[in-house]
Amino acid sequence: MRVGFFVTCLVDLMRPSVGFAALQLLEAAGADVLVPASQTCCGQPAYNAGDRADAIILARKFVGEFEGCDYIVAPSGSCSGMVRTHYAELFADDAAMLARVQALAARTYELTDFLVNVLKVKEVPGTFAGTVTYHDCCAGLREMGVKSQPRALLATMPGVKLAEMAECETCCGFGGTFSIKFGEISSRLADNKCQHVANSGAKTVVLGDLGCMLSIEGRMRRRGDTTTRVMHIAEVLAGSTADAPG
Amino acid sequence: MQVASMHFRERAHVKLNDAVLQGNLSKIKGKFVAKRLAAIGELEDFEATREAGSAIRQRALDDLDVWLEMFERNAVARGATVLYAQTPAEINTLVLEIAARHEVRKIIKSKSMVSEESALDHAIEAAGLTVIETDLGEYILQLNDYEPPSHIVGPALHKSKEEVAELFHVKHGTPRKTGVEELCLEARGMLRQHYLTAGMGISGGNFFVAESGSVVLVTNEGNATLTTTLPRVHVAISGIEKIVPTLEDVATLMRLLPRSATGQSISNYVDVLTGPKGEGEFHGVDHMYFIIVDSGRSEILGSDVSEALRCIRCGACMNHCPVYQNVGGHAYGWVYPGPIGSILTPMYVGLENALDLPHASTLCNQCGVVCPVKIPLPDLQRKLREREFAEDLRPWHERTGIKLWAWLAARPRLYACASRLGMRMLHRRADAHGMIGWLPFGGGWTEGRDMPAPQGRTFRDLYAQRQRNAGSSSK
Repeated sequence: MRVGFFVTCLVDLMRPSVGFAALQLLEAAGADVLVPASQTCCGQPAYNAGDRADAIILARKFVGEFEGCDYIVAPSGSCSGMVRTHYAELFADDAAMLARVQALAARTYELTDFLVNVLKVKEVPGTFAGTVTYHDCCAGLREMGVKSQPRALLATMPGVKLAEMAECETCCGFGGTFSIKFGEISSRLADNKCQHVANSGAKTVVLGDLGCMLSIEGRMRRRGDTTTRVMHIAEVLAGSTADAPG
Repeated sequence: MQVASMHFRERAHVKLNDAVLQGNLSKIKGKFVAKRLAAIGELEDFEATREAGSAIRQRALDDLDVWLEMFERNAVARGATVLYAQTPAEINTLVLEIAARHEVRKIIKSKSMVSEESALDHAIEAAGLTVIETDLGEYILQLNDYEPPSHIVGPALHKSKEEVAELFHVKHGTPRKTGVEELCLEARGMLRQHYLTAGMGISGGNFFVAESGSVVLVTNEGNATLTTTLPRVHVAISGIEKIVPTLEDVATLMRLLPRSATGQSISNYVDVLTGPKGEGEFHGVDHMYFIIVDSGRSEILGSDVSEALRCIRCGACMNHCPVYQNVGGHAYGWVYPGPIGSILTPMYVGLENALDLPHASTLCNQCGVVCPVKIPLPDLQRKLREREFAEDLRPWHERTGIKLWAWLAARPRLYACASRLGMRMLHRRADAHGMIGWLPFGGGWTEGRDMPAPQGRTFRDLYAQRQRNAGSSSK
């Protein structure tokens, strides 16, 4: 089974350790992972900005890079959601591309969804001791149906206690460029999220998307909370909180 | 109503820093969500009902001209007069003409958001007539010098009972009340006299039923029933899109509307009004008029955001929108706030007058999943963003930023060099906690948040190195 790993631009640039943790999880579950070297971005920033022409260029590039894989997996509900639920719309007028894109979209998965529902993972390589709370990132939850999967994987770790926070499904305010264009509103939403995390009593908030991660952690530190950890689910499951190799 | 949607960001800033409003918003936030959830749980298969409701609304829109003609035919057969308004101004003209024809001096109104589009109350007053809003929320706003509504179901939701008590005390000149019930009784006392002395009642219309020529009104206070039966003349004003083919369709939609709006299984009142009173009948008005409003709707119908016209005005999208929940309805600057307003406002008042609205959303799609008629709100917002981008309506720095990013991302080698350099530089700016306090071109982010610094090297760099090492060690 050839699994194409789409690291996503934010993980690539900001937190390569998340990418390596995800790789470790896929390889530990027996997947033959391929990482196309020319990959960059799925095109979502352009798509959401209304720049359709560039979104199409980047979507074409993505399809070319990953089409040969049996599955495509990303450590992000947002980027995998872009491919799974939005690519087809970009090629509505191009029957040949549309067929290729639809075939690819059907094989594209968010990491935890893939681990649970395709690889049928029952145990994970990492260890973790402590109480965590889980933030359901919007695209993962509402585009990719990611809700029980990360929780099921966390439940396989004996040291993890899950304390759900209030409004765990409410947006953290990231929203891509929304976070810059409407910084004040975005920060307020992130602030609400931080408050719910604090109220949950958990010392670690776990989530599945880099954008939310940066927004929540950034707000948390600005609030003066320097101890609550913000971790990607892959980092928890693979137990690789240390810096990336190299 | 005056359009202030160009200033969403500035208005949101004011609202975010208004402590009283923030207190009021936080009090109502969870209530709508919890009540809706409980109410939809009563239905065995809410999703199937949503699907059916969506199909009914779409069917009506697909052949809107046919249903409109059928509606007109049946309404006229029952003795009503059907008029059409192309523009908001025409609504006002028609209302004033009807008032003149029947020598009306005082008009009472139940809630009509469409009449807010044309600022009908101001036009009526400018013509020297009296107009009284009878919906409690609208009455409060009228009393407060025509404060704009902040929500399509509860126009005065942004106000606390203390604020209303103060307003009543000042404007009515009565002793200050404290309880909600006392306040309601006071308003009722003030309104009763007007029902009996008004010559005309104006209502909105939740649905126009094609097969019967009826208007359906969904209310909780009973004011719409009085408004549409006590005066001599009833004028129902609503948009062309409010047509539904059959009464059976209304029954299905009524399973969705009150549940989605207020978390009620059924609203306190549902009026189905068909024509003026007939010969020998005791109840009803002498003259019934329908004003069916286009005002931008037919343009939406032929566009790529036409699904927005399925809207049945329940307000669930705004009740569940994290942006609306935090900034309130006034920030949006026109009649329709929240996610649906972010589509309708630019379409009705011009995209160039509401540039921020399609962007004033994180695209979290909470609105889309609660919408009872399955309007894909984030997709429609994105369509308007595409239009803004294509028509050069975005600021140059935003366009350039996106274009530059996309240009780089399409050139992997250049992208690798640029990102390697960029991440190294950002990494060096990290403080002791790994945070960056200020970003060039990212002031919007760093005004309220730190930016966690990148780890230093990119994944692709590190991965390539790992592959090289693995290759050399296996040799």
